[in-house]
Amino acid sequence: MALHTPLYDRHRELGARLVDFGGWDMPLHYGSQIEEHHAVRRDAGMFDVSHMRVVDLEGPRAGEFLRRLLANDVARLTTPGKALYSCMLNETAGVIDDLIVYYRDRARYRLVVNAGTADKDLAWIGRHAAAFGVAVLPRRDLAMLAVQGPNARAKAAGLLPPADRARALGLGTFVGAPLEALAGSVFVARTGYTGEDGFEIMLPAEHVVSLWDQLLAAGVRPCGLGARDTLRLEAGMNLYGNDMDESTSPLESGLGWTLVFEPPREFIGREALLAQKAAGVPRKLVGLLLEDKGVLRAHQTVYAGSAGEGATTSGSYSPTLERSIAFARVPAKTPERVEVDIRGKRLKARVVSLPFVRNGRSLIPQ
Amino acid sequence: MTSTVPAELRYTKSHEWIKRERDGSVTVGITDHAQHALGDLVFVETPDAGRTLATGEACAVVESVKAASDVYSPLAGLVAAANASLAEAPEKINSDPYGEGWLFRLTPADPGAVDGLLDAGAYARLLEETAE
Repeated sequence: MALHTPLYDRHRELGARLVDFGGWDMPLHYGSQIEEHHAVRRDAGMFDVSHMRVVDLEGPRAGEFLRRLLANDVARLTTPGKALYSCMLNETAGVIDDLIVYYRDRARYRLVVNAGTADKDLAWIGRHAAAFGVAVLPRRDLAMLAVQGPNARAKAAGLLPPADRARALGLGTFVGAPLEALAGSVFVARTGYTGEDGFEIMLPAEHVVSLWDQLLAAGVRPCGLGARDTLRLEAGMNLYGNDMDESTSPLESGLGWTLVFEPPREFIGREALLAQKAAGVPRKLVGLLLEDKGVLRAHQTVYAGSAGEGATTSGSYSPTLERSIAFARVPAKTPERVEVDIRGKRLKARVVSLPFVRNGRSLIPQ
Repeated sequence: MTSTVPAELRYTKSHEWIKRERDGSVTVGITDHAQHALGDLVFVETPDAGRTLATGEACAVVESVKAASDVYSPLAGLVAAANASLAEAPEKINSDPYGEGWLFRLTPADPGAVDGLLDAGAYARLLEETAE
């Protein structure tokens, strides 16, 4: 039995092609994945991300608990609403999940975790929370929309009463706040997974259809998981399960920037990470730009000359660059020029720094 | 989603269409159903003119944002021409699968073999059965 978000009927009415994603029936696209992609880069698009799990953590020692649980340091969060991206690691520094944590106040934090890993995450979080007396509250009552694109904030905020509008438009990057609307039950954050400006909006599930309809009427285009994938790929953002999982460390997943070792604290996975650093990290995650014609996909072999071989972890056609791009996990000494096995042929690709695209513009040197 | 199945064409179970031309050659493409299932096409590789193909041989590749798919030659024969314009405009397959989105033209080794392919009725029934 597939799971449905409260917007399932809307997706069907809009002609969505539905696919299974972590047990959920979710829209892949509503007709044209490429046009949806461009809508987000050029105007405004919205994604039903209600399958993602919001988890509230409450208790006087919630911050202390998260400093143990997460590889990024929530002590960096000092203003209410400020968000942080972090990996949650196991003892061997494998990635259990990547998530966003919001600081509400000293005794309250909010996590947003991936749909496919939510049950595993909750078990892990619950197991470690007990010692800190922290309550773990999965918010299955909340739905979530991501409204993304250069005009997304203006179009979404235009639906709000003046005080809330000012509050939403006043949010800094990677900051969220509760609105007054619906008795304070709506939480809006200036976050996303597309490389564009925008909001992620969490609200009681019974109100999400109304919000969706209003956004649609305001000219925000419905977008499916297909466009979400090409947008995040262009934006250089990892997808859990593709680009990293419990068998890979953040150090070989392009996520070293999310690891905080100082000031010292005993977060789970720290010792394993320090051991990896001391021994030298043999592999790295890089961006690839295909120079020949074709399309890069996940799990293609990358030939890095005398450095050895690697493999793509995600790959697709980039609608913005009009050529194929990928992430690949390759030997640390991989040169700039590599070859990729695409359907039995070795095609030329170039290693580039990530992201490929940010705020509608290509960052690839010509 | 209903897809169009022109009555005058022949079809394969792997969703290629075949059109008889007056000079005895046939034109081959992928059906409306196939382009729908693939989504936005972004890359097409067609066979070179002069190549000899066996029935059922993988001879072209159509790739959408989502996936790559082989195209199989519906008949044995010699490739007479390929649609070069698809290299720059693969989306023609989405917008006009039975017209500008044609893939290649083939001179069949056995002109009578076309009659052995599915007619429109049989292909439409195949689509209905697989949709169930």
